Amino acid sequence: MSATAGVDVGSTQTKAVLVDEDGNIVGRALGMTGADVVRAAEHAFAAALDDAGLSETDVEYVVGTGYGRYRISFGHTQITEISCHARGAVHMFPDTRTVVDMGGQDTKAIRVAADGSIVDFCMNDKCAAGTGRFLGAAAMALDIALDELGPTARRSTKPVRISTTCTVFAESEVLSWLGKGKRIEDILWGVHTSIATRTVGLMRRVGLDPAITFSGGVSRNEAMVAALEERLGTTLNVSEESHFMGALGAALFARDHVRASRAPRSHVEEVRV
Amino acid sequence: MSLVAGVDVGSTYTKCVLTREDGAAVAKTMRRTGFRLPEVSRAVVDDALASVGAKRRELLYVMATGMGRHQVSEKDLYVTELTAAARGAIALYPGTRTVLDIGGQTMKATRLDARGRISSFRLNDKCAAGTGAFLEKTAAYMGYSTEEIGGLLTTARGSVPISGVCAVFAESEVINHLSLGTAPADIMLGAVDSLVARSVQLLKRAGGETELTLVGGILRFERMSAAVVEKLAQSSRGMKVNVLPGDGAQLATAHGASLLGWQRLARREASVAGSVQA
Repeated sequence: MSATAGVDVGSTQTKAVLVDEDGNIVGRALGMTGADVVRAAEHAFAAALDDAGLSETDVEYVVGTGYGRYRISFGHTQITEISCHARGAVHMFPDTRTVVDMGGQDTKAIRVAADGSIVDFCMNDKCAAGTGRFLGAAAMALDIALDELGPTARRSTKPVRISTTCTVFAESEVLSWLGKGKRIEDILWGVHTSIATRTVGLMRRVGLDPAITFSGGVSRNEAMVAALEERLGTTLNVSEESHFMGALGAALFARDHVRASRAPRSHVEEVRV
Repeated sequence: MSLVAGVDVGSTYTKCVLTREDGAAVAKTMRRTGFRLPEVSRAVVDDALASVGAKRRELLYVMATGMGRHQVSEKDLYVTELTAAARGAIALYPGTRTVLDIGGQTMKATRLDARGRISSFRLNDKCAAGTGAFLEKTAAYMGYSTEEIGGLLTTARGSVPISGVCAVFAESEVINHLSLGTAPADIMLGAVDSLVARSVQLLKRAGGETELTLVGGILRFERMSAAVVEKLAQSSRGMKVNVLPGDGAQLATAHGASLLGWQRLARREASVAGSVQA
């Protein structure tokens, strides 16, 4: 079998996806990025091969993406995560016009055309407020696991309003609410709505065309999905594999490359996306 | 002995200064603020009274200030920290026309008129990168506590650039520097330089005047105040910068609050005397 791979080295997690010639996901893997970016990429790639039951020789082309993409020793080329997230989102949900990607250290809003090409994008990468780090800080302050954040926040009955913008100050605000006897779920729901408000602000800068697809690691958090949907007044496209969106896009770009190189010369332009 | 207390409940530390009627400070105490504000504010006053062997009844007035001023249970009145810091600065340096106050979670630049009244101010309380929390976070990423920052800074030999855009994202910069073998002290000094650059920007927005007094907990670090002096010497020549010795910068606001307490007390007594005469 012939496959192509996409490896997305994010600030927190590294994702690898393998697709077959029809663009179906045949293998996937996820690991922590940590300090050794090269090793993280190799590990994720090897694990995705295991998951697919393939060997390295079955993979014709590898595209790297994410902030650590230039460190992927085995990758053939690199493509920005903006392009890859857009590509992955349109592949998974063809009606996508806006992509909101929430990762460990940045949040992006991307407007895409019907063919998956990028019209505009906007990033929050200078300030940790409104990114996954804000959730991480709250989880640290409240001493609960990241994957418990969503389910806990969903139990909220009397939401607390988080007034601070800065992630550092939010940490102390969270603790002071605890000190005042507020319940963890109510504080956490406040944290989620605070991020959602900032994210919708970011999205407005590129336009809010439906359908909206939510990708990135934080899209696995059900409370974040609910908070965004509440703020937007619409439902979001979310999938079990939303956090693989960037890696999927990269794998699809790799597939394009392989197809283009196989096509007769005169058809190259047609096939290239 | 008649005493008035100024209690400054800051984001990180709660300070108390007791003054006599002639304005002299007789006791200075400090505790970490924590999350029980009424308790800590009472504790610093008790510590201060005990340190001079004074009784509760000798304490005539309590003036509260700082971000937690509303939660000082025994206060007679409260003032904003801008007013209190201005009063504290003027008491020590009567020529003060601008006050730069850098605390744990805020940075403020206040302009004063010739009579020492606030004419305008600019503040940053939205982003930790422009406050003491930036230094606290930088220290924490390297495994140092807030109390160790001062000592660490004295061993710095140079500074490495730290961007200072976000206190959270600074973590990866710090880790990068550490992995390259940079001494923690030099990274700490880099964080100080970046904070100083932001304070100079804030001062510019507030409008420069001729005499500046530095107050606030962060300016107790000699390297910090020295860096501010140096930066200002480059950017606004001819500006006189007053640096309070020792823990003076950290206590200036509580001291100012205490002096304002005496002022208030005198006015109350005058009005009582006035009504008796009538």
